[in-house]
Amino acid sequence: MSEREKILGRIREALKVEAPVPGSHGHDHAAPASPSSTPRKWLPKVGETFDEQLALFAKNAAELKADFQLFNSADEARQALTALRDKDKWQRVAGHSGDLTDAICPALGLPLLPTDKPYDVHSLEACDAGISQCDALIAQTGTVLVTNRNAGGRALSVLPPHHVVLARRDQLMADLPAAFALLKQRYATDYPSMISFITGPSRTGDIERILVLGAHGPKKLTILCW
Amino acid sequence: MSFVSQFKAQAQVMAGDLRHRKIIRTALRNYEIVRDVRKASFQDWQGARQLAAETKWQAVNHLDKHLEQFAAKLESRGTKVHWASTAEQAREIVLKIVSDKQAKSVIKSKAMTSEEIHLNDALEHAGLNVVESDLGELIVQLRKEAPYHIVFPSMHLTRDEISELFQRELGSAATNDPEELTMIARRALRKKYLTADIGITGANFAIAETGMISITENEGNARLTAALPKTMISLIGIEKVLPRMEDLALFLPMLATMGTGQQLTCYNTLYSGPRQPGETDGPEEWHVVLLDNHRTELLADAEQRDALHCIRCGACLNVCPIFRNVGGHTYGTTYSGPIGSVITPHLRGLQDWKHLSSASSLCGACTETCPVKIDLHHHLLQNRRNAAEQKPSFGEKTAFKLFAFAANRPALWNFGKKMARIFQPLQGAVQGSALDPAKAWTKTRDLPPLAQESFKDWWRNRK
Repeated sequence: MSEREKILGRIREALKVEAPVPGSHGHDHAAPASPSSTPRKWLPKVGETFDEQLALFAKNAAELKADFQLFNSADEARQALTALRDKDKWQRVAGHSGDLTDAICPALGLPLLPTDKPYDVHSLEACDAGISQCDALIAQTGTVLVTNRNAGGRALSVLPPHHVVLARRDQLMADLPAAFALLKQRYATDYPSMISFITGPSRTGDIERILVLGAHGPKKLTILCW
Repeated sequence: MSFVSQFKAQAQVMAGDLRHRKIIRTALRNYEIVRDVRKASFQDWQGARQLAAETKWQAVNHLDKHLEQFAAKLESRGTKVHWASTAEQAREIVLKIVSDKQAKSVIKSKAMTSEEIHLNDALEHAGLNVVESDLGELIVQLRKEAPYHIVFPSMHLTRDEISELFQRELGSAATNDPEELTMIARRALRKKYLTADIGITGANFAIAETGMISITENEGNARLTAALPKTMISLIGIEKVLPRMEDLALFLPMLATMGTGQQLTCYNTLYSGPRQPGETDGPEEWHVVLLDNHRTELLADAEQRDALHCIRCGACLNVCPIFRNVGGHTYGTTYSGPIGSVITPHLRGLQDWKHLSSASSLCGACTETCPVKIDLHHHLLQNRRNAAEQKPSFGEKTAFKLFAFAANRPALWNFGKKMARIFQPLQGAVQGSALDPAKAWTKTRDLPPLAQESFKDWWRNRK
């Protein structure tokens, strides 16, 4: 018998005795068929309107020390990106092709390392910033949802010291349940091998529980949205 | 020395260590504040706990079905799934993979399952260079220590101690700035990521429906571990399953709230396979090792089965008066605090580890804080009961027999009371010394004097 069969056998044997129902302190054994509610009923409120949700995303991003910039046009986003280039003296950046990146990144006038084609990881490590698109923004938590399919692979959003996200306003979602519904609807038959919920720049509190940004991932997270 | 005498000896030292207590109190003060803010932001925290408990109940009570589904989905996307009944088998599986790959170096992101099976020792023994990438884990690895806490591995250390450690082990300059210390670790590990042959991770959740693992982290080290090395190995306890992907909409914020007081941890990442056709990075091979290591024995105990609901948030450690006083290392176990006291007797033997269930004030703070409603302090009582049933204590049994004998004979009982009143002052004279017959009690407590008139006498003589 394989270990798989042995483990599954032990599990089936163990489950012949029913466990008490959660929260009943061992008194109730009648099993619930499925959970009696859904997460949205309990999770933090997000507001009804788009404007409320946009304001919530901005508030969450600020608390997370992410830089969220909202614009009225792609032109303004281009200007903001070149301003970042000048401020931090970028020499080299990495990115991937997509409708937003293709429209914005050429304005930088810098060599762009594409990570959606085979690339050298040492070159990516040497980049000043990684510029990517995202799958969604989540108002409830100030999260950027990326997949390796739509955001230039697994490393682009985490290896360079600065991650810049380009997003459209209509990518803003209300809450986490909506984000999972979107993933199912978009990918159900063929999920990208990596899906990441990025909530603020990399951080640690492992030294005396004091917050330090940029532990192993990017020190800065900028979200340019129009 | 037996596990129990070791525990008692160290607990005695730690409980009197005021410096340690101050460090832990300071480290947890801010946690308590932010955790409560996050809990309050939920529409109803108790409703969320009940749903989390029901979801985990469903996951664990149909574990066979969920594991089969999880493994089949993973395999359909080219992931190799291994099953390990014991810690030894799990180590062998990992060692076989690294030797097949002729690997020389391993980078790891935090995994308690790896601590549980002592994987680092086995890998180093096989001649590999192993580096922990989580900052806290790296610190305790350099100190050749076990993690102090399942979420905050290095919370018992001050910045000065960490600075000295980095100077000695990494050759860095002296600094007591947490930011500079973090950057020292960042620079030291960058090279390791780029050159490691193997990346090893754990997982916080295993999604049955879609065949994904979910890893929660703040630093980005797990993201890098799962992106750069050519081979990735994930070591996962079989109880980690959740039925559906959307269950994470509840569990990710609850884990962050109770683990660190965050709304959501910085990176929550789902992996469903190695590099797929058309993808440009990520491991070429991904091995998932499913670990039993006595979990099925805990599963067979229906009364305590809910201990497998644990999401390892560490909240019960943080509120536990015993943990806060004796500290994480005193337990001598991989999992410390209330949850460790409940599950360790199942994982490593009831008689050897039953003392942990007695090292409790039974205040119930753990049960009250647990986000998945594990009945922790009742399980401590059940462990005590089971241990006594399995191997009754001769001394205890004899003492109760003697008590019953005396209590059933009023004349003997009254005679005993009189004798005790006469002789108690003598005990008072030697209290706490080696001559004191009640020393086990009086070492840390008072023995109040017997009343000169018993209730029975008072009742008879009233008026």
